[in-house]
Amino acid sequence: MQQVANNHEHGHAHDHEHGHEDHEQLKVLGFWIFLVTDCILFGSLFATYAVLMHSYAGGPTGKELFELPGVIASTFILLTSSFTSGLAILAMNKGKVKELIGWLVVTALLGLSFIGLEISEFTHLVHEGATMSTSAFWSAFFTLVGTHGVHVSVGLFWMVAIMMQLRRRGLTPVTRRKVTTLSLYWHFLDVVWIFLFTVVYLMGVM
Amino acid sequence: MANHTNHNSHAESHGSLKSYVIGFILSIVLTIIPLVLVMNPLFSKAGTIIAIMIMAVLQFVIQLFFFMHIREGEKPRWNVQTLVLGLVIVLTIVAGSIWIMAFNV
Repeated sequence: MQQVANNHEHGHAHDHEHGHEDHEQLKVLGFWIFLVTDCILFGSLFATYAVLMHSYAGGPTGKELFELPGVIASTFILLTSSFTSGLAILAMNKGKVKELIGWLVVTALLGLSFIGLEISEFTHLVHEGATMSTSAFWSAFFTLVGTHGVHVSVGLFWMVAIMMQLRRRGLTPVTRRKVTTLSLYWHFLDVVWIFLFTVVYLMGVM
Repeated sequence: MANHTNHNSHAESHGSLKSYVIGFILSIVLTIIPLVLVMNPLFSKAGTIIAIMIMAVLQFVIQLFFFMHIREGEKPRWNVQTLVLGLVIVLTIVAGSIWIMAFNV
């Protein structure tokens, strides 16, 4: 509706530009659909975890090995990074490229420390004798948490690539769309982590 | 950006600082409450599980509205429709798996 009104106001000179904008909007929707399918991937892994939650096979349990302080720290780190990626979007809407890149750097650093914490948690678990092959529970655990960790890592590489593009090309409809999809992806990862934190860790130590 | 009208609609369609800050604060609160509930249990185990799941879902909804701006899609809300379809599939997979495997004893 608004698109029609806009066209009317600006005459036909901008038709092409509008077509371009529409295209970028369509790509955001396409990315959203990808996120929904990713949701289904995580849903399946959560289902697997829920089913195998108590299959310890005589090995260590989550209650014995989970260390909440580290997990709480990662939770707040990821939550804050989700917020800062939102601030990046606000900076983008104001047209401030430097501020935008700045917030993306903050977001990436928070994401990096999240991954650092996760790696140290995993090495700790392996040292305590909980590997992927220890029991069905630990297989499900490492698959679920590891898949999320891989998503965050991929997001970090993507973020660095977009920062480089922003440096080189500045704010164009294309780079805008890329930052928008990136921040959607980042919020999505935070949402997945909320459920990981609740189902795996909080219920695990109960 | 050359197009002013469009620029404006962009700005309003991605929320304000206020909405991000509110979303952030609510998320923090909804993270701390379950933590407290688990560390010093007020309810029975089942009660606590239900309570912390509700907090998680609430936080998901808050992020959806305050961070991901689900309301502000244009025209037919394809994004909402795909999300609903996705959630139906996820719930079916998770609840169905748990239900079926509950008979596996």
